[in-house]
Amino acid sequence: MTQTQITTNQSANQQNGETSKFIGLETQGVHAWFGKHHALSNVSLRFPERTVTGLIGPSGCGKSTFIRLLNRMHEFIPSAAMAGSVLLNGSDIYAPEEDPAMIRLKVGMVFQKPNPFPAMTIRENVLAGIKLAHLKRSNHDEIVEQCLTRAGLWKEVKDRLQASGGSLSGGQQQRLCIARSLAVEPQVLLMDEPCSALDPGSTLRIEETIKELAEKITVIIVTHNMQQASRVSDHCAFFLTDGGPGYLVEADATRKMFTNPTDSRTADYVQGKFG
Amino acid sequence: MTIVETPEPRQMMVVYSRADRIFRRIVTGGALTSLLLLGFITAFLVMRSAETFRQFGLDFITGSEWFSAGEDPLGGAVEGAVEEVDESVFSIGPMIVGSLVVALIAMLIALPLSIGGALYIEFYAPRSIYRVLVSLLDLAAAIPSLIFGLWGIQVFTAIGVRWATLLNDRLSFIPIFSVEFENFGRSPFVAGCVLAALVVPITTSVSREVYSRTPRDLIDTCFALGGSKWGAIRSVVMPYGKSGVIAGAMLGLGRALGETVAIYLMLNLVFRYSFEILDSAGGNVASMIALKFGEATDKEISALIASGLVLFIITLIVNMIASSIVARTTPRA
Amino acid sequence: MSTVANAGQLTTAEPRRPWAVSRSKRLLGFGRMLTFAVAAFVATILTPLANFDGWAVAFLLINLAWVIGIASKLGAKERRDAVLRVVITSLAVLAFVPWLSILVTVILKGYRAVYPGYFISDMRTSTPDDELNIGGAGHAIVGSLIMVAIATVVTLPLGILTGIYLTEVRGRLTFLVRFIVQSMAGVPSVVAGLFIFATVVKSMGQYSGLAGGLALAVLMLPTVSRTAEEVLKLVPDDIRSAGYALGARQWRTALLVVLPTVRAGLSTAAILGVARVIGETAPLLLTSLNTNGFVWNPIGGTVASLPTYIFAMFMYGTEYSNARAWTGSLVLLALVFFFFIIARRLGNKSALKANANRRK
Ligand SMILES: Nc1ncnc2c1ncn2[C@@H]1O[C@H](COP(=O)(O)OP(=O)(O)O)[C@@H](O)[C@H]1O
Ligand SMILES: [Mg+2]
Repeated sequence: MTQTQITTNQSANQQNGETSKFIGLETQGVHAWFGKHHALSNVSLRFPERTVTGLIGPSGCGKSTFIRLLNRMHEFIPSAAMAGSVLLNGSDIYAPEEDPAMIRLKVGMVFQKPNPFPAMTIRENVLAGIKLAHLKRSNHDEIVEQCLTRAGLWKEVKDRLQASGGSLSGGQQQRLCIARSLAVEPQVLLMDEPCSALDPGSTLRIEETIKELAEKITVIIVTHNMQQASRVSDHCAFFLTDGGPGYLVEADATRKMFTNPTDSRTADYVQGKFG
Repeated sequence: MTIVETPEPRQMMVVYSRADRIFRRIVTGGALTSLLLLGFITAFLVMRSAETFRQFGLDFITGSEWFSAGEDPLGGAVEGAVEEVDESVFSIGPMIVGSLVVALIAMLIALPLSIGGALYIEFYAPRSIYRVLVSLLDLAAAIPSLIFGLWGIQVFTAIGVRWATLLNDRLSFIPIFSVEFENFGRSPFVAGCVLAALVVPITTSVSREVYSRTPRDLIDTCFALGGSKWGAIRSVVMPYGKSGVIAGAMLGLGRALGETVAIYLMLNLVFRYSFEILDSAGGNVASMIALKFGEATDKEISALIASGLVLFIITLIVNMIASSIVARTTPRA
Repeated sequence: MSTVANAGQLTTAEPRRPWAVSRSKRLLGFGRMLTFAVAAFVATILTPLANFDGWAVAFLLINLAWVIGIASKLGAKERRDAVLRVVITSLAVLAFVPWLSILVTVILKGYRAVYPGYFISDMRTSTPDDELNIGGAGHAIVGSLIMVAIATVVTLPLGILTGIYLTEVRGRLTFLVRFIVQSMAGVPSVVAGLFIFATVVKSMGQYSGLAGGLALAVLMLPTVSRTAEEVLKLVPDDIRSAGYALGARQWRTALLVVLPTVRAGLSTAAILGVARVIGETAPLLLTSLNTNGFVWNPIGGTVASLPTYIFAMFMYGTEYSNARAWTGSLVLLALVFFFFIIARRLGNKSALKANANRRK
């Protein structure tokens, strides 16, 4: 792989002049603040369609903050602010006329801790997004089967769709959450350390799921696990903080990041020398 | 040849040092004192009301007559009162029903307001006034009920009577809204409204607390799925907080059933079964006790204590229902 | 052709909040509300709706009409969201109106009889109907404080010991103690008064401050025990384990590790208990009654208290006595709020709470 799609600020701007519309998700000079606290500085990244990008870096460097900027979850924190722009298929998701709920339908999210809705059955959990967003769908059974299959959970739960989501194991719950996100047919799926609360077996299962998902949608995954990053991602982005705001050190094809990174700090980090 | 013998399990036991034993004894002593004190109250109520229950039996609960043949409240017979035939009759049926009616009216009004208030504070209020609202709510819950009573009489009654008149005007074909005489002051409806005002801060406070404990990532998930605010409230916040809100409502109901002075000031007590909630006549066990207490004879005191016991048992049942609901509906996961 | 980001280079950027409601939009919303308010006022003149409550109904209806009007342009989800926002906001306003009305009433009606002498003089030489610049409620304030002090002295040690028993000692009676304490929390206040009347008052042959204080104690004990238990339960078990792992005995762990962690929480619980019982009227009507002068001796016959003073003044029923009742209410409310604010201050200092906040 000689040419990577992930580019930095300057080159993104250069390309902007040439190619008018980038298909996929793209950030340009994104910053984030919590009140006065500048948490993230100047991140420009491109996430092409149908790829998996891993975000790596030590804790507190702003990975979660960054990922929550990508589907407008950042704004739920009362003092939050941002700068720069996030483009989905070329249009700014922070433009005043955009409806954040619609953005979140297109850019789904899976959280660190598995969190099926406690008062709902497995089936209801999968269909929750459709109900919440008032989407008109008639083939509910089909959606349930299809999403659970894609999330790699169908075989395990097909006989107990009416059981409570809480009755599943941790790994199964997380796959249920993935199925729930898939039901609203997002173009991009954000995952913030989706396996950090799970056992190794469930982790492998979810990694397989992620690879299968990438055949249809864009996946952006935050992970602390270097092996996981190297196993599932096509591209990697390395974040760091020196006590100040977090910033992007380097972004490239995963193989290059792990074998021959440009920045020595990336090399140190992927080899486990710090973080 | 090796035979592995299963060893005898050794008992493990916490051994407390002397100082620890003394400490545990002191603490246990304190707890036992509380236990005995509170247990004694129940025992006392039961013992002192035995006389009344023996004499009147179930009639005490179903009957609707309260008549006391005179005697001095602090003991000591009135001059010339030799062993006469005692014609006293005590029964509190209408008071029990009245207590339930007024409390029910209060809860019917208070519950939607509380849920609305709690949801507003947690999810709709501007963040800048959130803390102020929470503090105001806590303060409101601490206002003495006496002040609610004064306010009820001197400020609210005018409004309440207007509402009662309106209800009576439009809806008098429904039996509970019809009245014989158009005198709406000091009626169960108006008293129920004031009681609602008194209960709202309590139930709102509990509901808000419960709602605020909804895991943030569940709410976030709703938004991440493209849900609106109401969607998140409907599918996550309300189910999650259901049992807590019910418990809060039961707490409020207990409070409403036991409330004395506010009702004393706001309601005419009449020993007659009546379901006309707009009529200026109602019943209430707690305020009946306060009302009759002043010139009560010894026998009457026993009857009042029996009334207190009945009230206590009703409150107890309400509380137990509440805890069982909470135990049954607390979400797993 | 991979490129490395201009690592760490801070380009200056202006923070912005694209999601915030713009100032012009907010102004527009404010203007709209103002217009609706005026329209609702006009409606109260033209329709059978009257007074403030009529205005409120009109205001709500206009708002709903508007929301449904613009909502017809929106999708089903947005429409429901908009309507429910109006409904929930109205319910919240309705929930807050009575108590704000009470606050305003107490201040407006209560300030009339306030003068410095009100806090230090009693009613021995003045009748409830005298001019407002003589007599006062000093005796009632003192009586209330004495009775609350008695209640606190009785319940605080018992309540805290009970809490410790339920969380630290966990003896054989844990279940029973918890059950009884929980049940007794539901004792109606008038029943507590009746109990003390039939025991203490009857056996002493007189009403007294002690009887009143004990009646309040009956009401306070379950509350204090329960809150003490709740507060102690908040202490994570790791903290206890850490104490034991250091070789400390149970009593030292409990006294030197667990209790200090919740000191602020326990004080808050106690003060809140006081704030709750200081306004109790019914039990005092049955145990300490009311009187016109200062009584410092808790076993010296009937004692005045703020609630019974207010009650008596109100029942007297003349203009001036009524004003006195409201002033008494103002003082009572001020006392309650005072205790409340102290409790809050303490509560905010609580170590556990500070931890919990940080985690958020
Ligand atoms: N809700 C918040 N309020 C204030 N500061 C926050 C909040 N969330 C995160 N931060 C700060 O932003 C920085 C980045 O945090 P985060 O994005 O969670 O890092 P990561 O996910 O890489 O571990 C940290 O310094 C953190 O303290
Ligand atoms: Mg993180």
